[in-house]
Amino acid sequence: MALILNEEQQLLKESADGFFAEKAPITQLRGLRDSADETGYSAELWAEMAEMGFAGLLVDEDNGGTDFGLVGAGIVAEAMAKTLTASPFLASSVMGASVIKAVGSEEQKQAWLPQIATGETIITLAIDEAAHHDPVKTVLKATKTDSGHTLSGMKTFVCDGHVADTILVLARTSGEAGDRQGLSLFSVDRGAAGLIVDRTIMADSRNWAKLTFEGVTVGADALVGAEGAALDAIEPALDNARIIIAAELLGIAQECLDQTVGYLQERKQFGVVIGTFQGLQHRAAHLFSEIEVTRSAILKALQVADAGGDVRWFASLAKAKAAKTAELATNEAIQMHGGIGMTDEFDIGFYIKRARILQALLGDYNYHADRFAACSGNALSINQLFGEKQCLIA
Amino acid sequence: MTDLETFQSEPRAWLEENCPASMRTPLLTDVNACWGGRNFKFESEDQKNWLDRMASRGWTVPTWPTEYGGGGLSAEQAKILAGEMRRIKARSPLTSFGIWMLGPALLKFGSHEQKLEHLPKIARGEIRWCQGYSEPNAGSDLASLATKAEDKGDHYLVNGQKVWTSYADKADWIFCLVRTDSSGSKHHGVSFVLFDMESKGVSTKPIKLISGNSPFCETFFDDVEVPKANLVGEEDKGWTIAKYLLTHERTGISDMGMPTPLNMLAKDKLGLDDDGKLLGSMTRHQVAEHEIDAAAFVFTLERAKDQAKAGGDIGAFSSMLKYYGTELNKQRHELIVKVNGSDGLEWEGQYSNNGDIARNWLRTKANSIEGGTSEVQLNIISKRILDLPV
Repeated sequence: MALILNEEQQLLKESADGFFAEKAPITQLRGLRDSADETGYSAELWAEMAEMGFAGLLVDEDNGGTDFGLVGAGIVAEAMAKTLTASPFLASSVMGASVIKAVGSEEQKQAWLPQIATGETIITLAIDEAAHHDPVKTVLKATKTDSGHTLSGMKTFVCDGHVADTILVLARTSGEAGDRQGLSLFSVDRGAAGLIVDRTIMADSRNWAKLTFEGVTVGADALVGAEGAALDAIEPALDNARIIIAAELLGIAQECLDQTVGYLQERKQFGVVIGTFQGLQHRAAHLFSEIEVTRSAILKALQVADAGGDVRWFASLAKAKAAKTAELATNEAIQMHGGIGMTDEFDIGFYIKRARILQALLGDYNYHADRFAACSGNALSINQLFGEKQCLIA
Repeated sequence: MTDLETFQSEPRAWLEENCPASMRTPLLTDVNACWGGRNFKFESEDQKNWLDRMASRGWTVPTWPTEYGGGGLSAEQAKILAGEMRRIKARSPLTSFGIWMLGPALLKFGSHEQKLEHLPKIARGEIRWCQGYSEPNAGSDLASLATKAEDKGDHYLVNGQKVWTSYADKADWIFCLVRTDSSGSKHHGVSFVLFDMESKGVSTKPIKLISGNSPFCETFFDDVEVPKANLVGEEDKGWTIAKYLLTHERTGISDMGMPTPLNMLAKDKLGLDDDGKLLGSMTRHQVAEHEIDAAAFVFTLERAKDQAKAGGDIGAFSSMLKYYGTELNKQRHELIVKVNGSDGLEWEGQYSNNGDIARNWLRTKANSIEGGTSEVQLNIISKRILDLPV
């Protein structure tokens, strides 16, 4: 497959770019923040996104989705990044949909996927329990009862946790923290007795929550996928989400570069446009290069994920590279804007704050560099790849 | 079966039959490559046979037209052929500046006669070419070149000096930038000519580098007569050809190096701990960081190629590839030296194969200078892609 967007994907990109630029400029996020909006997103916008088919990009057509695949979801995530659109897209349309597709029963898929596609139901995923992503360390306990399980423990950094209707919770049914086995996935309604939801205001002014489970009882039908084997089963879905997060980071980096280049073309000092200074030109050109290289790693990962291949190495590559590049881009954007970049009135600050959240989400640079290295020992990865290098450019 | 599937089985069988076993081992260095040319000494009968057999199919230059010695393959077919060669780990039959740099420029700007004269000899590895671009006072500022070509009716009289001419002492012919008019702007008045290195008045002098090797030469022209038929394109308008060729050179340079994954080299040298991780956690971290960038860059080459195939003009994007690829290769060799510790700094003797690691490491320092420095590439990106004012 060619490592470029096909015609259909190109059209999706144009329509998504246009849609978010018109319907969700960054003033919308600023408004949600300044008014301390309780939901943290615009329900009208979310409905329009669903109408456009964006909420169901990963849902098959039989279940009411548009089935654009990961490449499509990456395109939309990148477009949303440019305006920092707040919506349950990442939680529900990406994490929720991917996990349900990976491990849900046929009934669960039919129950949830159509609702994700229409945007009526928001489903999110609760994995982390400490400040660093590391799912094998899960301790939240699920104790077997006559009619199902009782969940006790806490979760943090839950995307859209306070507005989700249903939360998919990774819990330990056996073994102890550090064991890869013994983890199971349960669906819990937000209103369940014993579930305490604390919205967490974070740097990016978007929706995050801490959840405390004080003996939350769930029925047998709450189990999603096989008991005790959830982590291996949802890993590909987590990887899908990681690549989409990388795509959002890419959009942030690109937007930072575009705005910065625009500024360099206009701002005058010493009687000339500052874009004439080589010291700034080279910083911008280097950033451009890093962004293009990052773009390739992400598109490759999206394509491999769509093709159903083993995506671990590619996902960690994409997430690690995107994290590093977004960090560079947001820092460079502030530096090259000078003092105005430090003001809240100017938008660049919103991008750097969102970027750091996404960099940490589902594994930071170090987590993924380590995982990338571990996967590189496998035959699937870099050795094969460098063997292919010869044919890449004549 | 589709046409492409049909195409796959034929080369597979042919390669299986025609590629000698010794040509299915990795190339250690440039020195082991088959460069061709009048004076080339084949390292083995196998090496010569491999070149001749591939050339007979036109597969040293698979996508060139058959009338010019190529294979006449489509880009898709060439990709399949490359895949089949990779499958049996076949070496490239011919390493050649003619294929890599001059060929594409001649195909685009050369006359039919020039193509017929030169391309088949390139394809068959009969003539080895060198590039006469840089001069003592025209490095990054290439357009200020001063080698003079005077109009003498049926020929030009060339006088001047080139420098950093790769393998000029081994080349048969040179493609050379000369000044035919110095009255206007420096981009005007440059002409692109071809001539035989055995012409009267041509001399070369190898330059010894920090690596101890001499891959580059100074090249002197003293009243060299160049027939006018050897002018490519129009007189005084060679700068366009020069730039076109440079984009090919840059893309080529960006794609060099990285033959064995760094993690494999490091594993062999340092070993693994009980968890299967590279010994030395800081080294492992550095190797991983480098390989993340290297892998992302490999995909960028793939993307650029696919974009070009789909009809997109990659233009100044080649400057980004050149900048990133060469910086990456320098970093890779720094890591190779680190991973090898004091062994990597040996200079002579059998143990180090006469200092391969150290000499290769030093060679890479030129990567970000030759073919336009990293700074020149960043200037080009800034001006042509980001549209920043000069």
